Amino acid sequence: MRAKFQPDENGYFGQFGGAYIPELLYPNVKEIEDNYIQIIESQEFQEEYKSLLKDYVGRPTPLYYATRLSEKYGAHIYLKREDLNHTGAHKVNNTVGQILIAKKLGKTQIIAETGAGQHGVATATVCALMGMDCTVFMGEKDIVRQAPNVARMKMLGAKVVPATSGSKTLKDATNEAIRYWIQNPHTFYLIGSVVGPHPHPDMVARLQAIISEEMKWQLKEKTGSENPDTIIACVGGGSNAAGAFYHYLEDEEVELIAVEAAGLGVHSGESAATSQLGEVGIIHGSKTILMQDEYGQIVEPYSISAGLDYPGVGPLHAFLFDTKRAKFMSATDQEAIDAAFELTEIEGIIPALETAHALAVLGKMELKSDQVVVINLSGRGDKDLETYMKHLKD
Amino acid sequence: MNSIAKLLKEKPSKVLSIYFTSGYPELNDTTRVIENLGQSGVDFIEVGLPYSDPLADGPTIQDSSTIALKNGINLDIVFDQLMAIKDQNTTPLVIMGYLNQVIKYGEHKFCEKVVACGIDTVILPDLPMVEYENHYKELFDHYGINNVFLITPQTSEERIRKIDSYTKSFIYMVASSSITGAKGEISDGQIQYFERIQAMNLKSPLIIGFGISNHDTFSKACEYANGAIIGSAFIRHLEREGVDGISEFTTQIVGS
Ligand SMILES: Cc1ncc(COP(=O)(O)O)c(C=O)c1O
Repeated sequence: MRAKFQPDENGYFGQFGGAYIPELLYPNVKEIEDNYIQIIESQEFQEEYKSLLKDYVGRPTPLYYATRLSEKYGAHIYLKREDLNHTGAHKVNNTVGQILIAKKLGKTQIIAETGAGQHGVATATVCALMGMDCTVFMGEKDIVRQAPNVARMKMLGAKVVPATSGSKTLKDATNEAIRYWIQNPHTFYLIGSVVGPHPHPDMVARLQAIISEEMKWQLKEKTGSENPDTIIACVGGGSNAAGAFYHYLEDEEVELIAVEAAGLGVHSGESAATSQLGEVGIIHGSKTILMQDEYGQIVEPYSISAGLDYPGVGPLHAFLFDTKRAKFMSATDQEAIDAAFELTEIEGIIPALETAHALAVLGKMELKSDQVVVINLSGRGDKDLETYMKHLKD
Repeated sequence: MNSIAKLLKEKPSKVLSIYFTSGYPELNDTTRVIENLGQSGVDFIEVGLPYSDPLADGPTIQDSSTIALKNGINLDIVFDQLMAIKDQNTTPLVIMGYLNQVIKYGEHKFCEKVVACGIDTVILPDLPMVEYENHYKELFDHYGINNVFLITPQTSEERIRKIDSYTKSFIYMVASSSITGAKGEISDGQIQYFERIQAMNLKSPLIIGFGISNHDTFSKACEYANGAIIGSAFIRHLEREGVDGISEFTTQIVGS
C-alpha cells in the first residue's frame, strides 16, 4: 500500500499536486516521470550521490545540541546544520542529485530559477563540477537585491537571465524558466524546491530526504531514540522542510512545524504566509494552496527574505496543512531578525534570514523541559549581512 | 453541432482566426475589437482572458494582459461585455484562458456564464489531457462546451489519435516547440511536421497557431491545415494602429 504522504500515480497528495502543464511541456515532464524513481533507486546513482554528498558537500551535517538556546527556551534543542553544506544551504542536496539525474538522461544544458540566489548558486556549482552549461533565471528585482549571489553565479560560469515579466521576482523567474524549457525541450529544468508539476515535488523531496535520514541515526546516537518530539523548518516552496520531515511523515507522534514568512504581519497585505492567505489553485503546474485574488490572479507575496516570498507552497505541504499533519506557524520580518541576532549572540551561528523564521517560533511555543526539538538550520547568513547590518545595534 | 464545427464544415479552408486580449488596449475595447474583427471578415475570434502568469504566452500577449489587468479587467467584466453584444455578434467566439481562472471563478459558474454568452468552445492551455479525462470532460459535456486540445511537434502519434477522438471542433496545432509570439517565417522542419500530421488523416479539422504573423505564414499554414490563428502580430498591430486599424490588418493577412 502507498504510504499516506507519498504521491499517487498521477502525482497527487490528496487533492494537491498533479501536472497542470501545457501540452508543449508534456514530453519533457514525461521523460523525467518515466525515469526518476528508477534512476534514484539505482545502485549506481546512490553510490555517486552519496559519495558527492560526503566528499564534495561535506555531509553528514552535524546535529548540534544548542546548549544555551536550550537553556533559554527550556527544552532540548538540536540544530540540523544544513548551513555547513558547501554553498551554505540545503539547496545543494537537491542540485547534486538532479545533476546526476540530468547526466543519466543525457542532458548537457541546465536551466534553473532562483529567488535569493541560493538555488542559483547551488545549480551553477554543480554545473561547474559536471562541466555543464548553466542558465539561471532570476527576477530583475532580485538581481538587484541579491548582488553577491549574482556575482557568485557568474564566477561559476552561469548565465544569469533577468526575468522582466510580471512582478520581476521568483514566481516570474519560474515562469521564464518554464517558457524557456518549452522552447528548448532538450534542456533539463533543475527546479529548486518541492514545487512545479509532478514529478518535480516528489523528486526534490526524495533528494532532500537525506536531511531526515541523517537526523534519525544522529538522534538515536544522542538521545537513544530516532524520533524527536518536534521538528521545525521554514517554508518557502518547502524543500528544506520536506527534507527534514520526510522520514517522519508517517510517524504521527512526531510533531511537524512549518514556518511561513508573515512579512509585516499575516493580515498586513505585505506577507508570504501562503497557508493562511491562500486558496486552492494552480501555480507552476501544480494544484496547491496559493495566494490569489478573487479572480485567480496570482498575488505577489512579501517577505524580508527573498527565499520565502513565493506565492504558493509545494503540494505535499498543502496536504500536510489540509490534513493537519503539520502545524503551520508564521514569523514576521522583525521576529526573524530578532531570532537571527539571538542565535548569533548565544550560539555563534549567523543563520540565513529564511532559517531565522524557523527559529523565531521558539518563543511562541509552549515547550516542555524534556521536549526534544530539532530545528532545521537550512542556511547560513552570509548572503543576508547587508540586511542584518541595518539592524545592528551599536 | 457547436458553432466552430459548423463554421469549419461550411468553410473548410483558409479559415482566419484572431486572438485578442480582452480589456486591451482600453478596458471597454473588448466589444469594439470583436465588432471590427467580425466586420473585417475574420472567421472566428479567440477572446483571451488576461492572466497574471500566462505560462504558454510570449512577451507580446503577456504585456497586453498586464495592461488589461491594470485597466481593471476581470472575468465578471469580460462576461458582461460579451453579454452586451451577444445578440448583434455573428462571429463565433472561443474563450482562451488559464485553468486557475476557471477554478477560482467556480467551475460551474464559469461554464454557465460561457454558455449564457452564446459561446460553446474553450481553450485552456494548461488543462492536461488526464485532468480532462478524469474531471473536466464530464463538466464540459454537461454544459455543452467543447474543449480544444493542443498538439505540438513533440506530441506522440498515440496521443494525437486520442486527442482526435476527443475533439468536437478543431485541433489546435502549435506550429513549433514554442510559446506564443510572432515569428518571421515557417521553416522546413515545421513543414515536415505539418506534412506528418496531414498524413495522419485525422477526423478533426486542424488550425495552426503560435508564430503565424503575416500573409506568407498564414498562406503557408493554410496549405497544411484548415486555417490559422494569429495572436501576437495582431496585438502589436492593435497597439500601433488602434481599433480603427483592424480591417487593414486582416486585409494584409488574407491578401487579395
Ligand atoms: C537558506 C534557505 N532556507 C530556506 C529557503 C526556502 O526554500 P525551501 O522552502 O524550498 O526550503 C531558501 C530559499 O532560497 C534558503 O536559501
